[in-house]
Parts: sequence; C-alpha cells; structure tokens
Amino acid sequence: MNYAFLFRATLPETALEIAALLVIVVDLGFLRKAAAATRVSVAALLGAAGCAASIWAVYAAGWGSLSNGSYFVLAAGGSAAVAQIAILILTALTLLLFIDTGFTRNPGEYVSVVLMAAAGGLIISAAQDLLVIFVGLELLSLGLYILTAFAKQSGKSAEAALKYYLFGGMSAAFLLFGFSYLYGLSGATSLPRVVYGTYQASAHGGTPLLMIALVMIAVGFGFKVAAVPFHFWAPDTYEGAPAPAAAFIASVSKVASFALLISISSVALHFLQDLHLTGVAVVVAFVHQPGTPLPPSPVLHGLRGAWPLILIVLSVASMILGNLAALAQSSVRRLLAYSAIAHAGYILLGLAFFSWTNASAQAILYYVLTYGLTTIGAFGVVGVVERAAGSDKLDSFLGLQKRNPLLAAVLLVLFLSLAGIPPLVGFWTKFNLFATVLDHGFKIPLSSMQSEALALVALAIAFSAVSLYYYLQVLKRAYVMPAADDSPIKVHPVTLAVLLLIAAAVVVMGCFPALLQNWIANFYA
Amino acid sequence: MVWTIYISFAGALVSALLPKDKPVLARWFALAAAVAGLAIAVAGYAAGFGQARQVFVDALWVPSMGIHFLLAADGISRVLVLLTGIASVSGVLFSWNVELRTNQFFAFYFALIGGVYGVFLSGDLFLLFVFYEIAIVPKYFLIAIWGSTRREYGAMKLALYSFVGSAMVFIGLLAAYVTAGSHSTTLAALANAGLPVSFQMWCFPLVFVGFAILAGMWPFHTWAPTGHVAAPTAASMLLAGVVMKLGAYGCLRVGIGLFPHGLDPWGFSFLGVGSWRDVFAWLAVIGIVYGALVALAQTDFKFVIGYSSVSHMGFVLLGLMTLNQIGVDGAVLQMFSHGVIAGLLFAIVGRVVYDRTHTRQFAELEPMHLSRRLPFAAWAFVFAGIASMGLPGFSGFVAELQVLVGAWQANPGWTICSGVGIIVGVAYIWRALQKAFFSDALPTAHELEGEQHHKFAPITWPEYAGVALLGACTLAVGLYPRILLDQIEPAVKALLAGGAQ
Repeated sequence: MNYAFLFRATLPETALEIAALLVIVVDLGFLRKAAAATRVSVAALLGAAGCAASIWAVYAAGWGSLSNGSYFVLAAGGSAAVAQIAILILTALTLLLFIDTGFTRNPGEYVSVVLMAAAGGLIISAAQDLLVIFVGLELLSLGLYILTAFAKQSGKSAEAALKYYLFGGMSAAFLLFGFSYLYGLSGATSLPRVVYGTYQASAHGGTPLLMIALVMIAVGFGFKVAAVPFHFWAPDTYEGAPAPAAAFIASVSKVASFALLISISSVALHFLQDLHLTGVAVVVAFVHQPGTPLPPSPVLHGLRGAWPLILIVLSVASMILGNLAALAQSSVRRLLAYSAIAHAGYILLGLAFFSWTNASAQAILYYVLTYGLTTIGAFGVVGVVERAAGSDKLDSFLGLQKRNPLLAAVLLVLFLSLAGIPPLVGFWTKFNLFATVLDHGFKIPLSSMQSEALALVALAIAFSAVSLYYYLQVLKRAYVMPAADDSPIKVHPVTLAVLLLIAAAVVVMGCFPALLQNWIANFYA
Repeated sequence: MVWTIYISFAGALVSALLPKDKPVLARWFALAAAVAGLAIAVAGYAAGFGQARQVFVDALWVPSMGIHFLLAADGISRVLVLLTGIASVSGVLFSWNVELRTNQFFAFYFALIGGVYGVFLSGDLFLLFVFYEIAIVPKYFLIAIWGSTRREYGAMKLALYSFVGSAMVFIGLLAAYVTAGSHSTTLAALANAGLPVSFQMWCFPLVFVGFAILAGMWPFHTWAPTGHVAAPTAASMLLAGVVMKLGAYGCLRVGIGLFPHGLDPWGFSFLGVGSWRDVFAWLAVIGIVYGALVALAQTDFKFVIGYSSVSHMGFVLLGLMTLNQIGVDGAVLQMFSHGVIAGLLFAIVGRVVYDRTHTRQFAELEPMHLSRRLPFAAWAFVFAGIASMGLPGFSGFVAELQVLVGAWQANPGWTICSGVGIIVGVAYIWRALQKAFFSDALPTAHELEGEQHHKFAPITWPEYAGVALLGACTLAVGLYPRILLDQIEPAVKALLAGGAQ
C-alpha cells in the first residue's frame, strides 16, 4: 500500500475535504466585505459543487477498495457506494436549503463543517475495521455537535447542542468499550476477523464478555440512529438545531449510520455463509441448507445469536414509543423527531431479519434514502414556516394552503409519504422492507421465528396506521382550519425549487418504484 | 374502461390548478369530467355483455417483486364501475352550490373517484390496495373542510378506521404474497398459488374484517353514521354510494376470492357458530337489525339515513356469506341498488332540505311544513323512501329478495332474523317522512306569516337532474333487473367456482 493508492481509494472523502477548505478560503479570503446573501450563496454552491465532485469520485474510483493485507479497511461498491452517493446528494440538498436562512454570520464555516461531517459519513458507510468505524463516527458526530450549536443567538440551539454532545460523548464511550471487548475476544479489528474470532471464542456456549460487548455496541449505534431507549437527544436536537442542520442530522447521519449497520450485518452473514456453518439456533436458521438435519441443542453462537435479539428489542421499543410520543407533540420539529424514532424502529426490524442475499441491504437502503430525502423536504417546509410565523408549533401551519399553496402541496406530499400512503414512495419502501423481513423470516425453518417475523411486521404496520393520525394533525392545520394570519408566505426561489424537486421525486419514485430499486440493484451486479 | 381512472386523476390535477376565484369554471369542468367518466363506464358496460373477464392493461410495474399494473374487469367490476360513474355525476350535480374553495373541492373529489374506479378495475392485489389507500386521504379532506356537524371529529374517525382496516389488509396481503412464494401479486396467481388451509384460516378473517370495516360491518360501523353526517352532501353520497362498496368489493374479491378455505368449518362449533362464515353472517344480521333499530330512534334526519346505510350494507355482507349463486348475485345487486338509493336519500336530506332549512333536527323540521313549502323534496323523498324500504318495482326489492333467498338456502335463521330488519326499515322511513315532511299539525297564522318572509330558494336544475338520474336508475333496475344480472351472474359463478377449487 502506498500513498497514491490511499489517495485514490479515499478520493470521495478527499474531494469533500478539499471543497471544505476551498469554501473557507473563498469565504474568508475574498468575500469578507461582500453582502451576507452573496456569502451564503457562494458557500452553499461551492459546497454543493464539492458534493458533485465527490459523487464523480465515487464512480471514478472504480470501486477500488482499500485493504490492509488480506482484509478490507474500506469497502467499495455495493451498499457502500449506494450509501455514499445518497449521502452526497442529501448533503447537497441540505446545503441548498441553507441559502435562504440567516441564522449565522459565518456561512463558510457552516458549509465546511457540513462537508467534513459528510466525509465522516462516507467513511463509516464503507468502513470494515473497528478503528476506522470509530474514527468516521467521531468525525461525523463532532460535526453534528457543532452544526447543532451554530445558531449562536438562539439559547435553544446551545442547549440542544450541549445535550447532544453529552449524550453523544457518553455513547461513544460505550461503543469504544464494546469495541475493546471485541478486540479482546478476537484479537483483531478487522470486521471479518472479529466475527470469526467471536465465533471461535463462543463456540462452546455464549460468553458473557461477548454479550456485554454487543450490548455496549448497541448503545453506541442505538444512539446514532435514535433508537429507544437511546433517543433522548433527538427531540431536543431536532427542535433546537437550525433547520438545515436538523435536516442534515435527520437525513445524512441516518443514512450513514444505517449503512454502517448494513455493512456489519453483511460481514457477519457472508462470513458464516463462506464457512458453510451449520451451527445452531439462530445461526442455523440463517445458513441452514434444506435437507440437512438440525443439530440438537440450540445454543446461541457468535455474533449472530444475540445481535438480532437486541435489534428486535430496540426496534419494538422505538416503534411503540416513537409513534405514541409523536401523538402528543405540539411542536412539528419534535413530532418529526419522534416520527424519525419510529422509522428507525421499522428499519431496525429489517436489520434484525437480515438476509445474506442482497435483498435486505437493498430494502433498507431504499427505505433510508427515501426517508432522508423526504425528511429534508419536511424540514425545509418547517424552516420556511418557522421564519414566517416565528415558531414551529402546530398552529404556525394554520391556513398554509391559503398563505402559500405550493408550500402546502409540498407538505401534503411529504407527510403523506412519511405516513406511507400510496402512490408515494414512502409506501413502497415500507412494503419492500416488510416484505423482505417476512420473506426472510418465512425461510427460517423454525416456526417460532416465522410467527415472530409475522407478529413484528403486524406490529409495525399497526403502528404505521397510528402514525397517520399525527401527520394528519399537521395537514389538518395546513388545509382544513382557517388561517390566523392571511399574509402570504414568501419563499426563496432556490428553496422552493429544492422543495418542489423533492416533492416531485417522491411522487415519481412512488409511481415508478422500479426506477430507484433498479438503480440500487445495479451497484450489486 | 381504464380511461375512467385516468380521466378522474387528470380531472383532480386540472381542478387543483384551476384559478381559485372561478367556481363556475370549476363546476362545469367537474361536470364534464364526471360525465366523460360515466359515458366511458356505460360504453364499457354495454360492450361487456356476453363477455367474461376483459383485460385492458397488463404491464409489469415492479419487476423485482412481480407487481403488475393489471387492469381488468368482469361483470361484477363493470356493474360497480357503472355505479361509480352514476354516483360521480350525481355528486357533482348536488355540489353545484359549493362556493368555498370550489376547485380544491373537486380536486379531492376526483382523486377519490379515481381511486374508486381503480379498485374496481384492478386485477392485481397490490394495485387494488394502492387504489384503495388513495381513496382514503381525499375523504378526510372532503369531510374536514367542507363538512358540517362535528366535521373534524367525523373526518378523523373515518380516516383512522379506514387506515386501521387497510393496515389489516396490508398485513394479510404481505403474508399472502410471501407465503405464495413472492413471485407475483396478481389476483389470479395468488388464487392459484395453493395457499395452505391453515394459513387461509387466519388470513381470511384478517383481510375480511379489514375490508368489512369500510363496508360498515357491525360492530366496526361507528365511523359510518358520524362520517356520513359530518360529510358535505356529495361526500356522503360517495361514502354511502361507492366507498362502502369498496369494502364489500374487497371482501368479495380478495377475502372470498383468494382465501376460500378460510370459510371452511373449524371442526368444532360454539353456540351453533362453526366457521368464520357463520361469524360474519351473524354479524351482518346483527348489523341489519341494529342499524334499522338505531335509525328508528334518531332525531337528526341525516343520522337516520346514516344508520340505514349500515342496515342495508348488512344485506350485502349477508349475501356474500351465503356463498351460493343467488345470494352473492343479490349482494352485488344490492351494492348497486344501495349505492343509488342511499345517494338519492343523502342528496335530498343534505342538499335539497338542509341547505335551505339549515337544520336536520326533526323537532325543528316539523313546524316548517316542508311538504307544502318544498313539495319536490317531499315527493322525491317518498320515492326514495319507498325504494329504500324495498317495495317491488325498485332495485332494492330484487336485491334484498335474492339475498334473503340465498340466506334461506344457507341457514333459515339468518333470513328470519333479518326479516325483522326489513320491517323496522319500513318503520324508520315512515317516521322520517312524517316528521320531516308530512307533520300532522296545521300551520298557525303566525307560521304562515313567517313563511312569507323566509321563502326557500327554488329548486335548481342540477337538483332536478340529479334526482332524475338516480331515480331512473333504481326504477330501471327494479323493473328490469336482468340488465345488471346478466353481467353479474356469470362473474359470480366464475368467482365461486374458482373459490371452490
């Protein structure tokens, strides 16, 4: 391995970092005297250009992966490439939404922090090594703490950032602690070797150390994806952070974290498949070949045993608490936060029933990509309404259809998509994910697992019926109830264009679901 | 016939884009779109005589999941598409006086109609579900924005009931798709997939109840009266006229069509109930009697009609559970018949009477002596009421008779019990007629003087046209039921034969 190779393999990340530096240089070096609007626009456009360059780099890298001797450090192609491109597109969209906001006088710094955080997201989407994962996660998280605090005039922003930072620091400590146990058990940091090592270590029965490690890691990842009970930061952060930063946290950070979980699950499964293990219990269930007898005593082995169970617990708790708590919110941002928790619950279900064919990975990416896109749009609308009405309370949306019909129409499309109403894309992603869970669950030759899969999917669908209620609460104010204030709301043309683009994408991808699915599937060819 | 769907959605889009301050333009556009839909439906219906199942479009929609964009129609679908066309035209006629956000009203209206057409024409379970869900959201907005009494409550209740029902259907759909091997979601493929009997046993009630919620099956009917009462006239007409039929159609096409073994006996019986078929048939009978009795006790005119819908939809569900040719024929015919008659009743109560008197309370309507002041409304209601009671010569008679005959063949107890519902049905219509239009008390001089000052607006041409359209339909089917039965019978036969395999 030489530096030229390293440079080539990390070209997308490097492109983002160069763009970040360029933004700072241009903003502080040439535009110090320029009008605020110009500085914001230039910084955002440069940032978006950096994202575009990075997307090109993802393609141009030819999916060359970075390896350390025999094991990968950074994967390329497949899920990693899909997630990276998605992260870059979503980042560019949040940057464009930044143009119309005036919460900061340092646009250059804001944009460069966004780009660096996105680079962290790129790293964890591809990382195959515990240390690289941790470095990428911290790069992402530190950026997010700063972004949350970026509205310096707002007390809420500072409070949210502090809460987020304290929770985040704590969970990072847990994660690192868990990683150290995994290293202790397996003597390696590379994911495949970790999986192999943990399997060997627990070959004669589950070791308590492994269980502790897995729970610790679940704390760390549960925090990143805002799964109950590690979700406490989410409502405060979504409420306090400046709107484009909240959109970034809700979308890019989610996509990156789930991409990381996908790559861990895939490694664990591919490894077992390669060895043709006919272990026991859940392990068997995942790799069992029809025709061979099941071993008699079911004992949980390796990484696969306890992990799905932990994910199921997190998933069920998130679905229930997220949806129920969202019912009681009066702030739309908090409502979106709890709905994000609920959506994380659905996705975790997909991870718990992860299949070694690419179906699960594709279904989860499909879900989280479109979810991220929809959420950015939702925060865009919330941001505009908030600046016109002064708050993000439900009542700020009163009579939106009269004050700005286009904005109301965008809100209608996005929220119905989040609720999973066809023919919008949110419906297809839910269908695809749940069908994959059931399909995989039904292939497990244990009837208890089959009914478990069915019961969990039924629970998820039942709670997504509950979710319609709170999405309708917002739409009711926008469309049904009379306006308290009739003055029209003006929207910056760029913001409006981005929002319309997102709404159009949600409709088109909903009417032609195969478009995006095929695009994702192409990366696995 | 598929153009009915496209025209409706295009109509919704164009209506939404029409200028806000030109209600006249929006109305005429809506009428044109609805009439175009009806014309296509009639033409498609006429072309369907002697035809079995016609496939209009079959394209692979989502190749990786085997979902087809498959639009097809058999006799049952064609009858219901025809009904939708009639209901949509008359609905537009009776919303001629909507002044508030007229273009948005018709946008939601046509989105709903398009979804309904889509459900009736879908040959793919998945596509059917998509259209079914599309129809939920516009209902909410139609009621919540343009409705009356407790509209937000009624609208939300309706939306949540519908969504819970569709969530149940969704679970059943996913489970059936995966159990059948995840290859295809067309109804034909799923019906031939040989789903295990034990699977059908739990999936059938799930899907059936999910759809039956929308068909107003007791005890899941409570959304119907509140929703109907809260809705604006056109929306109540559509709710009772076609949306409840979506539920019944789903029960028939998906529930019975895909999971026929779900109706098999359990192998044990409890209080004479030995299968899901018995359970749902008795729930339908309870719905018939209960709906009629509750209608008898209402003080709000529209609630009477709302509960009568629950009662009449009970006949549809009972007819489906007979599982014999004549009973299911009757159920489909009753869907058409109730769609037309309930539309007429809601139009008279909601548009002709309420929009003039601004009250629906019998106590306040009695002193108004409407038979003298609105003779057209009174006689139209007499006509519709007689049709609703099921007197010979009207469509309701043929339909309910067939259902009862079919039920007798299956289990005489069902017929006897639902006979009570018919008798009470006469009573509540009679009572409503008397209280609202033909009160005994003679007007006092004071009241006569008051009438001179508050003359009701004259009946407008859209009202005449709408009443004439719906009245002609119920009469035509009542006098010559073969016009529908010729198409229904072969389709039902094929469906039952497919179910018996």
